Amino acid sequence: MTDASADQSKWSMVGKDPWTMPIEKIDLSHPGIWQANEFLPFMERLRLEDPVHYCAESAVGPYWSITKYKDIMQVDTSPEIFSSEPTIGIVDTYDEYTLPSFISMDPPKHDEQRRIAQPVVAPANLKRLEHLIRQRVCNILDELPLETEFDWVKEVSIELTTQMLATLFDFPFESRHKLTFWSDAATAIPGAGVVSSNEERWAAMEECLQVFTCLWNERVNAEPGNDLVSMLAHGEATQNMPPMEYLGNIILLIVGGNDTTRNSISGGVLALNENPAEYDKLRADRSIIPNMVSEIIRWQTPLAYMRRTALVDTELGGKQIKAGDKVVMWYASGNRDSEVIDRADEFLIDRDKARQHLSFGFGLHRCMGNRLAEMQLRILWEEIMQRFDMVEVVGQPERVYSSFVKGYTHLPVRLHGLN
Amino acid sequence: MVKIKFIEHSGQEHDVETNPGASVMIAAVSNSVPGIDADCGGACSCATCHVYVDQEWLVKTGEINPTEEAMLSLSTDRKDNSRLSCQIQVTEDLDGLVVTMPEFQF
Repeated sequence: MTDASADQSKWSMVGKDPWTMPIEKIDLSHPGIWQANEFLPFMERLRLEDPVHYCAESAVGPYWSITKYKDIMQVDTSPEIFSSEPTIGIVDTYDEYTLPSFISMDPPKHDEQRRIAQPVVAPANLKRLEHLIRQRVCNILDELPLETEFDWVKEVSIELTTQMLATLFDFPFESRHKLTFWSDAATAIPGAGVVSSNEERWAAMEECLQVFTCLWNERVNAEPGNDLVSMLAHGEATQNMPPMEYLGNIILLIVGGNDTTRNSISGGVLALNENPAEYDKLRADRSIIPNMVSEIIRWQTPLAYMRRTALVDTELGGKQIKAGDKVVMWYASGNRDSEVIDRADEFLIDRDKARQHLSFGFGLHRCMGNRLAEMQLRILWEEIMQRFDMVEVVGQPERVYSSFVKGYTHLPVRLHGLN
Repeated sequence: MVKIKFIEHSGQEHDVETNPGASVMIAAVSNSVPGIDADCGGACSCATCHVYVDQEWLVKTGEINPTEEAMLSLSTDRKDNSRLSCQIQVTEDLDGLVVTMPEFQF
């Protein structure tokens, strides 16, 4: 695997002019422009001039970028042409460390495994959890200081999503911060802050497997419960899965339930600060919150892309894609496609058809936890508005060094109470 | 005009009139019937326009296509009479159709 941080200067697009550089050199996969928040104009140029774009040379090899909403929809809903195997990440997996999980499987195995995990985040189960989620949100918010600067990412976004994960796994509550570390380590680029090497990353994954194997052994000998580990241990399609497949599915559920919602929690605060008129709309009418939640998820697009691999030669947008080619659906770009989304470059919390965004993907791999994410964000904003006139951003946000996880490492804020 | 009755999980009924040609999902959304999200806009790729078709109408609403079957099979609320309303085309034959909504859209 290429250590992307080591050759940052060679591949980075940071500081380049997106409108005058040779279009074939545009490389959205490099994390630099994502961390520097410079990715939007590169995507805009591709949508306008070359919506199905081939990048022949990059740190992660050649790949196609799909940037228009409708083309993304077509790829996402054609699993017989665009496979999720062997991986949905832009970096090719290397055999000894391959972590199989249903996000990177095609039917029928995908469907069988997903059906086991699905009930835990099905709306009926979530309804039972709503009271507990609200209680935990209130506890977190009530502990926050007024009129004092602190890091929203650490104190709220991470804390809330980690508590939620511990609940869904029935994971020992006092050790819950390990979940955050494993989630960060799983998607980290070595050298970019979380882990310094691949060996360190894999040490974290092995620790994760050990802890979850203990939980498995405990639950497999008990009556079936409502938590994810118990469901996997007792589910017909999952009870005999090899250790690496178990780890793969655990990591999938940790990352899926952690990084994503975390960054929408932070991203919503930032978007409302950058759009004060929208914050005023929210203050005037809190019934707008469910609609705002969808708009926040579109605006943030917490996972910037999903990768597919062409199984056969095919044509898309007039381009010839060959069997074996990497095809990257840039949800972060499709969500700004003004051909499908009115005033796509504006954050409008009362927009019409706010639910029609790409952040959850579409088709068989559509985000399993979408209703949980929406519920967490809805409850959080209902409780924020009960307590604070404003969550004010008081410094520059710092962003994740990744073209996959689109999010924040720090967001300095100050809370102002209701008058 | 074709009359369709949508019944929410709570029992609340909504009677709408619509022109043949569009889908049952469009009939619901354009008449502001709550409980049909239709996140994908009718592309049979999200399963958020799930309905239960009254038994007597099952034959007239047509066959489930393979994509629809694949999406429905991932829903925890799947029943024998489940359909995605974006995949049911409104025809004159469906005048009087009754569909019920699940408690939640996935």
